[in-house]
Amino acid sequence: MRLILDPNIPDPDGFYDELLAAHAGLSDAESAALNARLVLVLANHVGDRAVLREAFSAAQASGATPAVDPSA
Amino acid sequence: MVKARYDLAFELYPYARSADQDAVVRHPVVIVGGGPVGLALALDLGLKGQPVVVLDDSEGAGQGSRAICFAKRTLEIANRLGAGEAVLAKGVVWKQGRVFHGSEEVYSFDLQPEPGHRCPAFVNLQQPWFEKFLVDAIRRAQGAGAPIEIRGRNAVTGVADVDGAVRVDVDTPDGAYALEAEWLVACDGARSPLRDMRGLSFEGRVFEDNFLIADVKMTADFPPERWFWFQPPFEGAGQSALLHKQPDDIWRIDFQLGWDIDRKAELDEARVRARVDAMLGKGVDYELDWTSIYTFQCRRMERFRDGRVLFAGDSAHQVSPFGARGANSGVQDAENLAWKLDAVLRGQAPETLLDSYDEERRAAADENILNSTRATDFLTPKTEASRTFRDAVLALAGRHAFARPLINSGRLSVPCIYDGLSLTGADALGGPAATRPGAPCMDAPLAEGFLLDRLTGGFTLLGIDALLPEVPGIDARLALDTRRDDPTGLLRARYLGDAPGAVYLIRPDQHVVARWPRAEAAKVSAALDLALGRSACA
Ligand SMILES: Cc1cc2nc3c(=O)[nH]c(=O)nc-3n(C[C@H](O)[C@H](O)[C@H](O)COP(=O)(O)OP(=O)(O)OC[C@H]3O[C@@H](n4cnc5c(N)ncnc54)[C@H](O)[C@@H]3O)c2cc1C
Repeated sequence: MRLILDPNIPDPDGFYDELLAAHAGLSDAESAALNARLVLVLANHVGDRAVLREAFSAAQASGATPAVDPSA
Repeated sequence: MVKARYDLAFELYPYARSADQDAVVRHPVVIVGGGPVGLALALDLGLKGQPVVVLDDSEGAGQGSRAICFAKRTLEIANRLGAGEAVLAKGVVWKQGRVFHGSEEVYSFDLQPEPGHRCPAFVNLQQPWFEKFLVDAIRRAQGAGAPIEIRGRNAVTGVADVDGAVRVDVDTPDGAYALEAEWLVACDGARSPLRDMRGLSFEGRVFEDNFLIADVKMTADFPPERWFWFQPPFEGAGQSALLHKQPDDIWRIDFQLGWDIDRKAELDEARVRARVDAMLGKGVDYELDWTSIYTFQCRRMERFRDGRVLFAGDSAHQVSPFGARGANSGVQDAENLAWKLDAVLRGQAPETLLDSYDEERRAAADENILNSTRATDFLTPKTEASRTFRDAVLALAGRHAFARPLINSGRLSVPCIYDGLSLTGADALGGPAATRPGAPCMDAPLAEGFLLDRLTGGFTLLGIDALLPEVPGIDARLALDTRRDDPTGLLRARYLGDAPGAVYLIRPDQHVVARWPRAEAAKVSAALDLALGRSACA
């Protein structure tokens, strides 16, 4: 299995709504804690270490400033 | 004049003048340090008939609480050395651990769900007792002719390479003397004066945290389990706490206090008692047996061999106590080194065999450091993000099973498997992974006794439902027949798997060299050469 990076979530707007709703009314610290729990729950669901490693890289690379091409 | 550096729990080897103090004598092996590692090494070598002198700057086992958990592999080694029975009789057997977050239990584990081992997963025993039992076994071995000598109040003050040996300067109550060692083994602890004398470095990570130990004596009916709290619910307990039973109604309590503390104030008896009272509850009667504060580091030497000087135990590597890997791994260093020194001294192996000690035990040290560093990172998160994840794991673990294996309050010591290292041979059997080449043999019940008790005679050729060839240089042969010797089927499960039969070549430290579906003398002989470092340049 490879990490899916093409659109895979039905009803993207609805999903995004739910994600924000989960954070509604939380302090920054509470949000960070919720995100951490969410990462762990989802990571366990994926389970495959190679896919998880790809996910780390995808997330890390996208965090770089947009003008910089990470592969350059 | 040597002064006592610490108070003794047991006086075991009082100073006595030695004839060596009048003229320089050369010894095959001199060990510096009579801690668990130096004593185990001396006993192992002595039982093989190898003359050995131990120099220690004190006269016995130091008072105070350090190691308490001795792992199965250490117990197996102690059995082989004749000290196991005393350790097992006195030690508290435990295998159940519980982890709490606040007042809620989030996880529990059973360390040995598997039957058919002579030794339990762990026993708890205070380190001075472990050292005493090793010395008792040394006294018995001496009685039977083992050439072991322990010299108390012999402090090593200098070393120098001389032709074919190392000169060792020693200070005693009667003044200084010198002796020579063909091989000098530094088992002189984490602060190793010998490491400094040789100008060798000891790099690694310091963990910024203080832990308070309070060993208390009380008659309580807590079970003999390891209880660990993250964010303990009792006042003043710090960020984590541990409760663990030792013999003689003593309980180890450990509080994580953080970095910026006033050590002296924290050790004030009233203050320690306030913490312990809060944990044990009002009205519990106890005595404080021992208190101390410790910090820790994870580090190792770059190489464990420096010419004729070898480093073993805490002098070579240091880990955090979480995971009980210090003394346990040090005793394995000792058993790895003992047979190699013996083979070199007997001329059965080239001196380069000792490089494999460095290779194998450095790999083991790296594994231990990795494990104890990971446990420490979980216990004492260093950044906001790592704390957030740690707390997320704990928050999830109460309700969801998946998060429980992520909780790390110390992965308890298991022996290293020497996969792919120089002395490890081929797996022509493709049998069970747990007994592959490089692994220490797994115990199994036989019709009479246990397998490991039969693998104590040096290099052993073990045949299970297979014929054993004659191979020169093999010290012992053990032919087992599963129809007769394997009443539980565990021997087959652990050593054959689906194979109809197998031949194993086993080292004196009970690690597997190589295994085959059937024996061919030439292959066994080649594997023996490999394990003795005789074929490295072939
Ligand atoms: C709080 C705590 C808890 C621990 N818990 C565990 C546990 O549960 N399980 C476990 O396996 N490990 C544990 N450890 C680690 C364990 O205590 C050490 O790994 C172990 O003592 C190392 O043994 P050693 O023989 O290498 O060194 P040491 O025990 O330190 O012995 C070194 C010896 O060398 C002598 N010496 C030093 N310098 C000289 C000199 N110049 N001349 C002559 N002699 C000298 C000393 O007097 C001493 O006797 C714990 C440690 C701590 C601090």
